[in-house]
Amino acid sequence: MNWIEIVSILAAAMAVSFGAIGPALGEGRAVAAAMDAIARQPESAGTISRTLFVGLAMIETMAIYCLVVALLVLFANPFIH
Amino acid sequence: MIGSPLTAKVAFTVGPVAVTEPVVVTWALMALLGLGGWLATRSLTLRPSARQTIIEMIVGVIEDQIQGTMRVTPTPYVPMTGTLFIFILAANWCSLIPGIEPPTAHIETDAALGLIVFFAILYFGIRGRGLVGYLKTFAEPTFIMIPLNIVETFTRTFSLIVRLFGNVMSGVFVVGIVLSLAGLLVPIPLMALDLLTGAVQAYIFTVLAMVFIGSALNEGRAPAKGKRS
Repeated sequence: MNWIEIVSILAAAMAVSFGAIGPALGEGRAVAAAMDAIARQPESAGTISRTLFVGLAMIETMAIYCLVVALLVLFANPFIH
Repeated sequence: MIGSPLTAKVAFTVGPVAVTEPVVVTWALMALLGLGGWLATRSLTLRPSARQTIIEMIVGVIEDQIQGTMRVTPTPYVPMTGTLFIFILAANWCSLIPGIEPPTAHIETDAALGLIVFFAILYFGIRGRGLVGYLKTFAEPTFIMIPLNIVETFTRTFSLIVRLFGNVMSGVFVVGIVLSLAGLLVPIPLMALDLLTGAVQAYIFTVLAMVFIGSALNEGRAPAKGKRS
């Protein structure tokens, strides 16, 4: 196994692990804020949860980008032929 | 799925053209949904039967969601968004049938769906405001934002594609890995999680398509209550 493959696997692992930190914190804060809002105003739970889902999807995309980069590095690496 | 998620298995070849498995599954789904829709709406009456009531309920829920998200009359947008939702949901859940992979776990299918949304934004934007009126929305709020708005048009379609692909593909991939490591029956909880993810992603894809179309229609007008994006 040569250096490029070793570095690629390390890079994929680091991309996913570090890339998951930010979205995880962000999603936690978003859900906490939404729970707070629903507890204060239970009658607007429908609107809040719809907005929450869309917002979570937006945040989650950041983690998905990291996953896709990891997959590209592992399966479609331009430096390994 | 345990090989590369970026390639698709070839089911059969027609002359020089290789037809891959996702294409076959997609066409089977399209045939099933089309036939189901035709059978379900064949004999509509004013006094609905149980079957017709269920279908009217589904259409009503979709209309309510469009009304709540876009704040416009939902009628012109129901066919496209409803079809998107039902197709993506069926595609995500067809992994329930053994041996079939969701076509949305391959990026080509998601790219096709994303392109549909991209052109739908253009179509509804131009139809709603006229060509000049739609082009003017790129200069909202000031003309400095023109490059950013143009880039945003493409990146949001791209993120729509990558989001659906990443979620569905990672679910299928994790099930494959756990199956190869732990064996039979162990990945069942993960598959249940997959069903939830599939439903949520179908919903989110549809809602984001509605939000984008709604923003193409309403941007720069009197701010509606609860407007997003």
